[in-house]
Amino acid sequence: MHCQAPYCQVQELDILDRRLIDSYQRGLPVCTRPFHTVAERLGTCEAEVIARLERLQSLGVLSRVGPVFDHARAGASLLAAVAVPEAERDAFAELINAAPGVNHNYAREDPAREHGFNLWFVMTAPDEPELEARLDDLEARLGLPILRLPMLEGFHIDLSFPIPWAELERT
Amino acid sequence: MSVSTCPSSPVSSRDVQACEPRELDAVDRAIVLATQAGLPLVPDPWGAVGREVGLSGEAVLERMQAMQARGVIRRVAAVPNHYRLGYVANGMTVWNVDDAHVARLGREVAALEGVSHCYRRPRHLPHWPYNLFAMLHGRSHDEVERQASVLRECLGEACRDHRILYSSRILKKTGLRLAGSRPGAASDIERRG
Repeated sequence: MHCQAPYCQVQELDILDRRLIDSYQRGLPVCTRPFHTVAERLGTCEAEVIARLERLQSLGVLSRVGPVFDHARAGASLLAAVAVPEAERDAFAELINAAPGVNHNYAREDPAREHGFNLWFVMTAPDEPELEARLDDLEARLGLPILRLPMLEGFHIDLSFPIPWAELERT
Repeated sequence: MSVSTCPSSPVSSRDVQACEPRELDAVDRAIVLATQAGLPLVPDPWGAVGREVGLSGEAVLERMQAMQARGVIRRVAAVPNHYRLGYVANGMTVWNVDDAHVARLGREVAALEGVSHCYRRPRHLPHWPYNLFAMLHGRSHDEVERQASVLRECLGEACRDHRILYSSRILKKTGLRLAGSRPGAASDIERRG
């Protein structure tokens, strides 16, 4: 099963790749020549670090190397959902994806299916009035009400996980 | 035509403030736009970004540091794609939790294993009674179910009802797109299970 997309073949990732991911998913130094600093800490050279990061990105193991923004402070955003007929889901998804400011769109399934909200997306905008305008506009295009779920309080946002390398090798 | 907010969960002025945009001027914004899809992987990434936005490398670096100090940037990091690394099950769990206890319980839940994001959001009755969201990540649906049962126990009697919504397909996923998107920037359609 490890050879099947979309999984990565962790055997292709050597100890240096793993150390890069483990050490820097929580933060890279924000300084002059950051990859040089990383290289010094890992006992390698800057060109090697850059080549590794490029490869990990092209393998899709890293989605990017860069800033992680706090949405609430870097503009306005909210989680939104619509209930669309399952048969027309892709057509509605295209309308949503084409709308300005949409940056995530997931089809979600609830085994119980009581509420039927099956498309979930994040709408962003430079500010609150623009956010509302974009949602109003999209709502009109969809002809369906959009469930608007702004964050009222954030308890924890940590997208880093310990990567279970040994376990991944066994699967 | 939008679903109305439940009157029993009023949004306080403090809450609204937490969601208001702030702290970004035009220069910050240009830097955000130039970096949100990722930094150029070159020895001097700040200089490369600077050439794109018309600033010196030092100025870009100073702005990045300042945005980080203000919390606009949480971190600059090598961001793993957990899905590619085996975290293939992603469950958005939503909980209907007593408003009197949700702030305390939200903090407790956020510390549990597998939780990446945990937020309080408004209810929209009668369609949507859930006010606490916790994203769970595991290597299988079974693992996510186990994590969810730990959450259920943690919430105890304050929780009336909950659901787990699994993502069946990613229809679009990009980094934050602040002020309009750059054409051609990563918008991928990926099948999931």
